[in-house]
Amino acid sequence: MLDIQSKKVDNAVIINIKGDVDLYSSPQIRKVLLELIQKESPAIFVDLQEVNYMDSSGVATLVEALQRAKKYGGRLFIYHLQGAVQDVFELSRLDKVFQIYPDETEAMKAYHDEN
Amino acid sequence: MPETLEFMIPAEPKYLKINRLSIKLLCELIGFSTVESNNITLAIDEACSNVIRHAYNGPSKEPIHIKCNIYGNKIEFLIRDFGRKANVDQIKSRELDEIRPGGLGVHLIKTVMDEVMYDTNFEKGNQLKLIKHFKGRK
Repeated sequence: MLDIQSKKVDNAVIINIKGDVDLYSSPQIRKVLLELIQKESPAIFVDLQEVNYMDSSGVATLVEALQRAKKYGGRLFIYHLQGAVQDVFELSRLDKVFQIYPDETEAMKAYHDEN
Repeated sequence: MPETLEFMIPAEPKYLKINRLSIKLLCELIGFSTVESNNITLAIDEACSNVIRHAYNGPSKEPIHIKCNIYGNKIEFLIRDFGRKANVDQIKSRELDEIRPGGLGVHLIKTVMDEVMYDTNFEKGNQLKLIKHFKGRK
């Protein structure tokens, strides 16, 4: 199973995920993200530094979260993509759809610059 | 004659990681690069996930057989299930311009592997054949 930690920073929520994201574990992330989206969190930051593997169900979960957040003007930022995870975004050609940043500082900067 | 390794896992998502670790180690052992090994592992994992989701309609105690035939110029994976027959005409990648959750697995498999063939001519279940050539040894 995944280890998912979340913390609130101002009006943003940072989610740290640790483990492989696959058919078995992606429902865990989906539950966390959809709860935040239901509360209309303005900004959700997803740290993937400790995710070494992600399959299409993980990518689909993030796509769903992105689309749902956009409906109320929410933002989803992802960062710290590791090699195999970066590859799956590129193979899916979704690397241009998401706001992907190298680290939390850059992601936060982008968010604050927008506001 | 190829060298052959065979794995069998129950069609339960919790066991997919064991399969991934085995496939990745095998690919690296026989000479694929780390990136190629990761990508092949992704393709096999997606294929096994599709078996669980579509052939067995969810987690099942039924098996997934993964046979790996290693040739001088390629590796061939035969992924066999004993579930619901696939309608091959309906298996397709989603349009990548269409941004929506789901439908990515088949696209990833076809992007990563050199050859993808479905065989539904079994009395029960399906078999997916996936081939990856070693670079420069086609």
